[in-house]
Amino acid sequence: MKRIVVITFALGFVGVLASSMFDLGPAAVDLRVPVGAHLARSGVSHPVTAVLLNYRGYDTLLEIAVLLLALLAILAVAGDVRGASPGKAHPVLQTLAQLAAPLMIVVAVYLLWAGAFRPGGAFQAGAVLAAAAVLLHLVGLLPGWGTPGLGLRLGLAAGFAVFLTVAAVLLTQGFLLQYPPEAAGGLILLIEGGLMISLALILAGLFLFLSRDQETT
Amino acid sequence: MTSGLLLALTGVALFALGVAGVALIGNLLRRILAFNVMGSGAFLVLVGLAQRNGEPDPVPQAMVLTGIVVAVAATALALALTRRLHALTGRLELPEDVDG
Repeated sequence: MKRIVVITFALGFVGVLASSMFDLGPAAVDLRVPVGAHLARSGVSHPVTAVLLNYRGYDTLLEIAVLLLALLAILAVAGDVRGASPGKAHPVLQTLAQLAAPLMIVVAVYLLWAGAFRPGGAFQAGAVLAAAAVLLHLVGLLPGWGTPGLGLRLGLAAGFAVFLTVAAVLLTQGFLLQYPPEAAGGLILLIEGGLMISLALILAGLFLFLSRDQETT
Repeated sequence: MTSGLLLALTGVALFALGVAGVALIGNLLRRILAFNVMGSGAFLVLVGLAQRNGEPDPVPQAMVLTGIVVAVAATALALALTRRLHALTGRLELPEDVDG
């Protein structure tokens, strides 16, 4: 009975929304024009990066805070356990992972730099770095993480801390996260560098902290 | 029909699939997957509708980029909670789903 109701509701939902999409008029507000008009003063030449780190910088500030919060919650749920290493993988797999990891670091730094003028940026770079860490973990070269030490804690919080410091300093000059146009490019690169390190550690941590207590449960 | 509209329609279908999955599936792992399918549908609608006239709009794209990263974090948290539930009770269903 419940199944029929839910499926009928879902099909009706698709029907109503799809039919309304076909006769949707043009958007009332076109944000492409203002984004393009202020691009020269934003410090970067790629519009998505400009939106993420300049026009709507506070979105990204809160996003990294949410990520940090999720990681802290995972640490709290998992309790205090020592890191565990998965079984060693085949030597060929290990060698390939060892070859891939340095390349992934180069790709991540390139993505961070390219974010200023083409698709890329701190999030993509952080995801690639985190993938490298997960790859090394899965072939048995990087043990799962136990309770984080001071260095790891600082790394996890670095992106949020750098971003918050920039925001606080700019607040004394005027408005929250309103960069002066001549310094915008450097500030965005500084924030993105911090974000990349923190995002890589947080995303890798989401996997490696969860992987640690596999022998105790 | 433009490719943007096609993306948005696919997004609507994925969202409805995800909603049905979350409502009907008891197994928590599969329910988390359904929740992610739902989220992907919402992202597709945002990006697709914004570029239905051909040119992409950077503002929804930046919002979706933020959303994807937050969705990853939320999924990891949900998986950690599921794992804890499994360690404590040995089940992968919520108590009300088992009774009802």
